[in-house]
Amino acid sequence: MASVRLLVGTRKGAFILHADAARKKWKIDGPLFGGWEIYHLAGSPADPDRLYASQVTNWFGQVIQRSDDGGKTWNPVGNEFTYAGEVGTHQWYDGSQRPWEFKRVWHLEPSPTEPDTVYAGVEDAALFHSADGGQSWRELDGLRHHTSGPDWMPGAGGMCLHTILLNPQRPERITVAISSAGAFRSDDRGVNWKPINRGLHSEQIPDPHAEVGHCVHRLAVHPSRPDVLFMQKHWDVMRSDDGGDNWREVSGNLPSDFGFPIAVHTHEPETIYVVPIKSDSEHYPPDGKLRVYRSRSGGQEWEPLTKGLPQRHCYVNVLRDAMAVDSIDPCGVYFGTTGGQVYASADSGDSWQAIAKHFPTVLSVEVQTLP
Amino acid sequence: MIEVILPAPLRELARISGQIMLDVAQPLTQRSVLDALERDYPMLRGTTRDQRSGKRRAYLRFFACGKDLSHAEPDAPLPEAVASGAEPFVILGAMSGG
Repeated sequence: MASVRLLVGTRKGAFILHADAARKKWKIDGPLFGGWEIYHLAGSPADPDRLYASQVTNWFGQVIQRSDDGGKTWNPVGNEFTYAGEVGTHQWYDGSQRPWEFKRVWHLEPSPTEPDTVYAGVEDAALFHSADGGQSWRELDGLRHHTSGPDWMPGAGGMCLHTILLNPQRPERITVAISSAGAFRSDDRGVNWKPINRGLHSEQIPDPHAEVGHCVHRLAVHPSRPDVLFMQKHWDVMRSDDGGDNWREVSGNLPSDFGFPIAVHTHEPETIYVVPIKSDSEHYPPDGKLRVYRSRSGGQEWEPLTKGLPQRHCYVNVLRDAMAVDSIDPCGVYFGTTGGQVYASADSGDSWQAIAKHFPTVLSVEVQTLP
Repeated sequence: MIEVILPAPLRELARISGQIMLDVAQPLTQRSVLDALERDYPMLRGTTRDQRSGKRRAYLRFFACGKDLSHAEPDAPLPEAVASGAEPFVILGAMSGG
């Protein structure tokens, strides 16, 4: 019988939550790596016992942990993230140019087929690759050396590469997103890159339709349709049907189109989820009501999902990497909040249960569906 | 052999429960101590200093014999009391509140 393993990264450690296919009763293990910020944990689709974790503090820097037994034991692996070639500069807040400086790993994306292959999205924005289980890392520096690189500028949260989409039908294609540079795509395994931001509109930059400079918060895709991309931008929920070459807005009737995470239902490629947030300065839900919004039409028409979620006096946020879906039928949906709650739905979002209420600020949520 | 005292998070990362004694190459300097530390505990590479530049991480301090040696040159000799094992070389994290 299937079961699920939820991987939760927080400001002060990691937690692993376990449940059977009913997803009603949960067992919590942790904290692991207590006191450290765990930006992300991810499991290999090719070997569910292979997990990677990004562990970091401002005091001691970056550590990458690896587990080969499903999270029971962990060992540090390689943590040397050195920018390749001439380091160069990017734009700073005051308009000056500043050298790229590694700060932390925001996101780990294991290969769908090779347990030892994993990608890392880092701040200052760059993409790294490991083919030896995280022991050593090599930058795919064609991205950072794109001609637009000197124009990239950090958003308030830092200049992070936070989304990495690996295309199961075209392994040579990699799509990434950077705050606040935009989305980029490579069709040669990460050697050459181009911005894919046509159709994005951002009032926060001098040219709202510029090729780069958009604060993309998150991309999501269904593995069966890798050319259909969904995006939660700083403001606006967007959709592309051609692998990112062109985007159109699908915010529709959302109460606010600002937000961070976006996810796609495992069994319904046109069903997507977002968590509307009031504004770029008020990072909490409109009206103090925590509502996940679901569209069953690939965007534009949205319905609020509220059963089991707090509908008064709720002022938490849901960060970009803190939403995930499992592959059980009906689809399980999960998200964590800055207030330390983790919510789970075992019925595609119709109803929700708080499965953890008092964690540190949740930075990331991933889920593994185990046989 | 010299004694090194690490902050708790690094002791936990390196799974160190007891005293840390290091056989350090001469001359005894911050650099030679950290080289020996990373030789014996490779999981600590990058946690006390940048792996490329060797620069001390900003929120760490190096103390010995009641003095803050954080701003001393990495190749400056450490006090004789550290070299003799009478005093430890202390690595600690900056205080933070909130």
